Amino acid sequence: MNLLTLVLFLPLAGFLVALFLPRSSPQSSRGWALAISLVTFVASLGLPFQFDYAAAGEQFKLDVPWIASPEIHFYLSADGVSMWLLLLATFLTPICVLVSWRSIQHRVKEFFAFLLLLEFGLVGVFIAQDLFLFYVFWEVSLVPMYFLVGIWGHERRIYAAVKFFLFTMAGSVLMLAAIIYLYNKAGTFSYPALLGMLSSGRLSFAPTEGLLLFLAFFIAFAIKVPLFPLHTWLPDAHVEAPTAGSIMLAAVMLKMGTYGILHFCVPLFPGPARQCAPWIAVLAIIGIVYGALVSLVQPNMKKLVAYSSVSHLGFVVLGIFSFTQLGLDGAVYQMLNHGISTGALFALVGLMYERRHSLEIADFGGVATPAPWLSTAFLITTLASIGLPLLNNFVGEFLVLQGTAQTNYTWTIFAALGVILSACYMLWLYQRVFYGDTREEVRLHMPDMNMREWVAVVPLIVMMIWMGVYSQSFLPPVTKSNSRVLDQAQINVPFRVAVPSTKEVASAR
Amino acid sequence: MQLWLIPLLPLAGFAINGLFGRRFSKALVNVFAIGSVVLAFAWVLKTIVGLGDLTMPYTEHYFTWIQSGQFSVGADFTVDRLTEVMLLVVTGIGSLIHIYSTGYMAHEHGPNHGGYYRFFAYLNLFMFFMLVLVLAANYLVLFVGWEGVGLCSYLLIGFYFTKKFATDAGNKAFIVNRIGDFGFSLAMFYIVKTFGTLDFGSVFSRAPGASEATLTLIGLLLLVGATGKSAQIPLYVWLPDAMAGPTPVSALIHAATMVTAGVYMTARSFPIYSHAPVALETIAVIGVATAFFAATIGMAQNDIKKVFAYSTVSQLGYMFVGVGVGAYGAGVYHLVTHAFFKALLFLGSGAVIHSLSGEQDMRNMGGLRTKIPWTFWTMVCAWVAIAGVPFTSGFFSKDEILIAAYYHEPWIYWLGTITAGITAFYVSRAMFMTFFGKYRGHEHHIHESPAVMTLPLTVLAALSLAGGYFFRVPSFLDAVFPGRKELENSGLMAISVFFGFGGILIAYLMYVAKPAMADSFAGSIKGLYTLVYNKYFVDELYDTAVVKPVVGGARWVLWRGVDAGIIDGMANGVATLSRGIGGVLRLWQSGNIRSYATWVVAGSVALMVTLGMLAGGAR
Repeated sequence: MNLLTLVLFLPLAGFLVALFLPRSSPQSSRGWALAISLVTFVASLGLPFQFDYAAAGEQFKLDVPWIASPEIHFYLSADGVSMWLLLLATFLTPICVLVSWRSIQHRVKEFFAFLLLLEFGLVGVFIAQDLFLFYVFWEVSLVPMYFLVGIWGHERRIYAAVKFFLFTMAGSVLMLAAIIYLYNKAGTFSYPALLGMLSSGRLSFAPTEGLLLFLAFFIAFAIKVPLFPLHTWLPDAHVEAPTAGSIMLAAVMLKMGTYGILHFCVPLFPGPARQCAPWIAVLAIIGIVYGALVSLVQPNMKKLVAYSSVSHLGFVVLGIFSFTQLGLDGAVYQMLNHGISTGALFALVGLMYERRHSLEIADFGGVATPAPWLSTAFLITTLASIGLPLLNNFVGEFLVLQGTAQTNYTWTIFAALGVILSACYMLWLYQRVFYGDTREEVRLHMPDMNMREWVAVVPLIVMMIWMGVYSQSFLPPVTKSNSRVLDQAQINVPFRVAVPSTKEVASAR
Repeated sequence: MQLWLIPLLPLAGFAINGLFGRRFSKALVNVFAIGSVVLAFAWVLKTIVGLGDLTMPYTEHYFTWIQSGQFSVGADFTVDRLTEVMLLVVTGIGSLIHIYSTGYMAHEHGPNHGGYYRFFAYLNLFMFFMLVLVLAANYLVLFVGWEGVGLCSYLLIGFYFTKKFATDAGNKAFIVNRIGDFGFSLAMFYIVKTFGTLDFGSVFSRAPGASEATLTLIGLLLLVGATGKSAQIPLYVWLPDAMAGPTPVSALIHAATMVTAGVYMTARSFPIYSHAPVALETIAVIGVATAFFAATIGMAQNDIKKVFAYSTVSQLGYMFVGVGVGAYGAGVYHLVTHAFFKALLFLGSGAVIHSLSGEQDMRNMGGLRTKIPWTFWTMVCAWVAIAGVPFTSGFFSKDEILIAAYYHEPWIYWLGTITAGITAFYVSRAMFMTFFGKYRGHEHHIHESPAVMTLPLTVLAALSLAGGYFFRVPSFLDAVFPGRKELENSGLMAISVFFGFGGILIAYLMYVAKPAMADSFAGSIKGLYTLVYNKYFVDELYDTAVVKPVVGGARWVLWRGVDAGIIDGMANGVATLSRGIGGVLRLWQSGNIRSYATWVVAGSVALMVTLGMLAGGAR
């Protein structure tokens, strides 16, 4: 049992124990969820320390037979990309526990149990290397989220939960069919084995066959991302979800889609991926601009942030389909950034909902006067979200756009419009909520952040600054993994740059 | 040389006051705010002395900021003579304005001293980003400062955040600047695509090898960024609104330093522009057009800060003319002298506003020269400098630009000279309306400002008068910008001086000698006056042509139409359809054993018949 396996099973054990905690003492459920999610996080912190940064391939490998026929393995491993995504999930879970501490008052035990089960599923998705096992985790993560939205959500929670479930299921059925088809053709669910067979030529697809398989996977992932025009489940799910559900949904679950595209779609089906790239890139760019424009006119804070996610995730997809080192690195960095900054936005919006019991922008105004620190935290998060340099999103957006410029400069021109628009919708939101004269209802019901809320929010802000100022803590393993993806897929559009800049500067010193 | 200390000192001031300033007394806030900036100034002086002659750039590398594949961007600072000039302006004038602000903001009251600590925290943060901007050794680090100063500008314009016009102006500034930054980023992407790096040294040494079309594209995209930050046509609209911020902010950010960043950046990029004549010509044309256009608006404004705001837009236009006609040193020269006299004009008007407890409308002023003589006399120094009175600082720098323009393209000289006349007119008009004639305001205790405010005014007055003579910026920058020609033409010089005095004289006639003349003149050209008074309705035009269609289209076409109508309509349609199909299928699953049995029998019969027919067919 290696560290990776431990990190996977800690939340599951936490979930099982949580089921047997007394219903009469909600505090014990809260405490247990916080403890076990913190232990999981601390354990997962060991991963970047044990990670071999010189090696490019999979690490922390565990491969044991699970089901004999069909041959399904319990096969886990992590590379530089999945390690950070896993850490994103384990980092955000304790924060979710903290922000749900007071806001969840009924069925407390079940809520935290589902949250831990969700963590288990999400961690599993990022490290499963057996396609069937991947599919199992994919569905496992779906179930607790369905209940989080459906039970603890707001007024239209049932509609939103069902819509979320059906959209995702529609895609996953296609993916399952493709996985079974692959098994029938190649005789294995093992993803590395499939890659090996592809590169040795023992496995190959006819053009139409490859295209259909690619699309089956891609549509499943694209719904999850969500890529325009498959995004309409997202705003509903976000608006209705409880705060913790929104955080996990936006910050981690959406990344299942982009991770899937990067990790499975592109290396398995490089030809079709390349063939479809112009179409997908155009959809991504439409998503960037469209999501931002629709965000601009939302009267509801959560809906605004949800549509902004459509815009942000468009950058991720665009980066992947630029097929450049910079684009892929930027895409992965942007996955992490979006997790941090949008997670923080939802957390802060949640804190405001707890106080004012409204998500309508029109019900706020002048929050900065009674709650200056809350406003400051929101401002920093806003600035991160609109890609201000020295905060995290800037690095990702820059790499994505630069990578895209290497491939197709016209794409970059249109995608960069999103950077203007993000400033418009976020600053306008900020002005209407935080500036202006303080309304009486706001003044009475808007105390500043308390200690528990601080503990939840400050780590997110620290990460925004850290990832924005010193990206070298995070990027090197990502670069390594991505260059392997590009090699694997043999679609490396080389970054035609002769001289790296830093060396010249160093010698000038 | 520890260049990093220069920006890090104000950053520390920001962090201390930002985190703990609420609990500090005003005096303690002052210690950290002013201390950090003055120390930074001292460190600049020490650095400049230590670096000596500095014919070659001096660079420090700290760490790799972003690396992906072979591409990397370092956190690098560099100093050459151009940087030295900028460092001195930013920290020198920055120190003076910080000191002045302690007096200007002293009356802020309310909870937490009305945000006294917040004001200085933002001001310190601005110094940090501005210093990063001028110290940057590559375009991306420059962009950090570039966006960062925009952020501080946004925060300080909207400092009085309960007032909607202030936060509106802040948003406008940020968003218009973002449009410029859009161009700047696209320029960076193209630079990397072409040269593979963003380092100034490497880009500039490889620039001569690139095609003219490429360099022109890059140059024009950089110019888009510069028009945003430096408030040039067509993106100047944010700067007049930015006057909603406290007046020291207008002096420091919206006159002396931040808005000159576009001039600095284009001058810094001269190796690109010198091989892209079309881009360079565009800079000159935009510059002179903005100079003239903004100056005409300045003639008709009644808010004292608005006059100087349009004046700043106009003067920045001169700097762009300098860069655009290839006289980079002259452009930077005017940047420096303008920093002296325009900071002084703003701080002086701040002292006027301060003494009148917030009055900004010049129609309610008048006769103040005897009541606040110290403010008056210092402002006179700025007045003569901007009007181009011989041997003042503005005279030297403006003439250097205009003469270079004449040898480049005579019409630019002539338009620039006419603008000089207009400039002299509107500044004189402001001075006459404020300080001469009779006091037209309400009964009021008018008081001279405290020494912390008048002392910076005095220093700036001295610099406005003599700074141009003592700091010969163009020759100092010969090491940076090669190929400067010593141009002397006393005839041209005399013409522009003539225009300057002409402007002063007309203003004297209209506002002092015969005060009724101004109104009757405005009445005689009513249509034109209305047009100019309303700033040519450019804000209204942008609102109608851009803002309203975008917001309306997003709301009614995209959100209500595409999202809720088409896409969700289709998704719900599928749901309804499947419910319909399910409804039909449900009839088959009645739960009735006999009906199931019937179906089983019927199905078996059908199956057997089919098989039999198929078998028969096969036979």
